[in-house]
Amino acid sequence: MQQLLTTSLAGLTLGMVYAAFALALVLIWRSTRIVNFAQAPMAMITTYIALLIVDAGIPYWIGFVAALLSGLVLGAIIERVFIRPVEGKPEMNAIILTLGLFVVINAVAAIVFGSHYRSFPVPFGLRGFEVGDVTVALTGFDVFSICSVVVVMMLLLALFRYTDVGLKMRASAFNQEVSRMLGVKVTGMLTLGWALAAVVGSLSGLLIAGGDLVYPSYMDSVVVYGFVAAVLGGLDSPVGAVIGGLLLGLGLSVVSGYVGSELVPLAALSILIVVLLVRPSGLFSHATARRV
Amino acid sequence: MTPPARSNHAGPVFEMSDVAVSFGGIHALSDVSLAVAPNHVLGVIGPNGAGKTTLFNVACGFVQPNTGTLHRSGALLTRLQPHQLAGLGISRTLQGLGLFDRMTVLENVMVGADRHAGAGFFSGLLGLPQSSKEEAALRGRATAVLNELHIEQYAARFPASLPYPIRKRVALARALASEPELLLLDEPASGLSSDEMSELGELIRGLVDRMAVMLVEHHMDLVMSVCDHIVVLDFGRVIASGGPNEIRENPAVLAAYLGNEVDDESARLARTGS
Repeated sequence: MQQLLTTSLAGLTLGMVYAAFALALVLIWRSTRIVNFAQAPMAMITTYIALLIVDAGIPYWIGFVAALLSGLVLGAIIERVFIRPVEGKPEMNAIILTLGLFVVINAVAAIVFGSHYRSFPVPFGLRGFEVGDVTVALTGFDVFSICSVVVVMMLLLALFRYTDVGLKMRASAFNQEVSRMLGVKVTGMLTLGWALAAVVGSLSGLLIAGGDLVYPSYMDSVVVYGFVAAVLGGLDSPVGAVIGGLLLGLGLSVVSGYVGSELVPLAALSILIVVLLVRPSGLFSHATARRV
Repeated sequence: MTPPARSNHAGPVFEMSDVAVSFGGIHALSDVSLAVAPNHVLGVIGPNGAGKTTLFNVACGFVQPNTGTLHRSGALLTRLQPHQLAGLGISRTLQGLGLFDRMTVLENVMVGADRHAGAGFFSGLLGLPQSSKEEAALRGRATAVLNELHIEQYAARFPASLPYPIRKRVALARALASEPELLLLDEPASGLSSDEMSELGELIRGLVDRMAVMLVEHHMDLVMSVCDHIVVLDFGRVIASGGPNEIRENPAVLAAYLGNEVDDESARLARTGS
C-alpha cells in the first residue's frame, strides 16, 4: 500500500512535468504542424540561464522568472529566424530543421556552459511530508511542480477561451489562409504561439532540473516522454496532452517502482508503438480538443 | 494605398480598369473594366469558363492581373494581397465557406468582427491584459450580426453539425461582422433551395444601405432580382454591361449565355408547371 502510494505520487509529479512538456509540443503542432524536437535543448538553455543567475547569488525566484522570460524570447526568435522559412514547405524540412537545432543547441551549450554536471537548486525542501510517523513521498517541491503546471495550464486556457488574442491564435492555427483574409496577422500569432510554447517548455525544464543535476543533454529523454505523452493524448489536443502526460507519468512510475527503472525508456517507447498501432490519432483527439 | 476606413469618396467603391489575366498563353480575362457604385449591387455573370472566378480572385488579391489597375474608393491598389482586404474595408465569402470547424459559430463570427485585427506578436503580447475587454466587444458585435441573420440560436454550435444553408449564413455573418464597405460574394446561391435563394436576395437588398456588394453568380433569378448593375463575361471579355432589363434584352448576351439558360429555365418552369 505504501509503495503504491509512493509510486502514484511520484508518477503524478512526473506526469505533470511531462504534461507541461507535451503541452508545449501540442501548442506548436496545432499552429504550425511541426513537432518541435528542439523544445528540449531550448528548455535546457533557459534552465542554464536560471542556473547562472542563481549561482551569481541572486534569489531563485528571479532566476525562475528570467528563465521563463528568456523562453518567451527564445521561442519567438527560433520561430522568426529558423522556422519561418520552412513554414508551408514539406513537413520533412521542418522535422530535419528542429532535429538540427536540437543537435546544434546542445553542442553550443556544451561549449558555452561546459558539459559537466551541475546541481540545480530548489526553492522548497526535498523532504517528504510527514503524516503521523509515515513520511509521504511528496515533497514541497513536488507540490510546487504540480501547482505551477496547473496555474500555467489555467492561464493558457483563459488566454485561448477568453481573450481576442487567443481567439486569433486559434483561428490562425485552424486555417491560416482564411484568418489572413479576415485580417488576422497570422505570422504574429504563430510567433506568439511558439513563444508561449517555449515558456511552458522552459517551465518543465526548470521543474525537471529542480534538486537534480543539469548538463547539456539533461532534457533529451524528456522530449521523448513528452512526445509519447502528446501522441498518447492526440497531438491536436491540449487537454489530451495533459491527460497523456499524467497517464505516462503514472505508467512509467509503476514500471520504475515495480519492475525496474532501467526499463522506463523501453516502456515509454512500447506505449508509443502501441498507441500508433491501435489509435494513431491519440486518445483525446478532436472530441476533446474542440472544447478548448 | 489604404483609404480611410469610412471614406467620403463620391465615385465607385471599387473599380477595375482594363484588367487582363493570362495563364500560360490562355487569356482568362481581357480588357475587363467594371465599377461598383456605393450602395449598389453589381452582379457578374457568364457561362462556365467565362472568367468569373478569375475576376473574383483578382478582386480579392488571389490573382495578380498582368495589366490593368484596381482602385478602392479612388485609391490605386498595387499588388493587392488577400490579407489586405480587411484593412481596406472589404469582406468576402468563400465558395468552400472556410469556416473554422473547431470553433463555435459565435467564435467564427468574432474572428471576422475584428476589423482592426492588427495585433501582431508584440501588440498581441502587450495587449493581453485588456484583451478580454476587446474579446467582449467582439462578442457583442458578432452576436448582433447573428441576430440580424436570424441564426443566433446556433451561436454555441460547431459549424460541422449544421445544415449547409445555415453554414452559408454563418460564413456571410462572418463577412458582415467587420462592417465592410464592400462585400464580395462568390456564388452565394450555390446549394440553396429556391426559397432560401429568395430569402438571400432580400437579405442582400437589405445590406445596400450600408455597403456596396459585388457578387459572382450563375443563378439568373437571383442576379436579375438583386443586382442594380450586371456585367456579363464570355471568353474572358465583357460582352455586355447594364441594368437587369437591358441585359435581359441584349442580343449578344442571349446568344452567348442567356439563350441556353432561358431555355433551361423555361424547360424547368414547364416541368414544375409554375
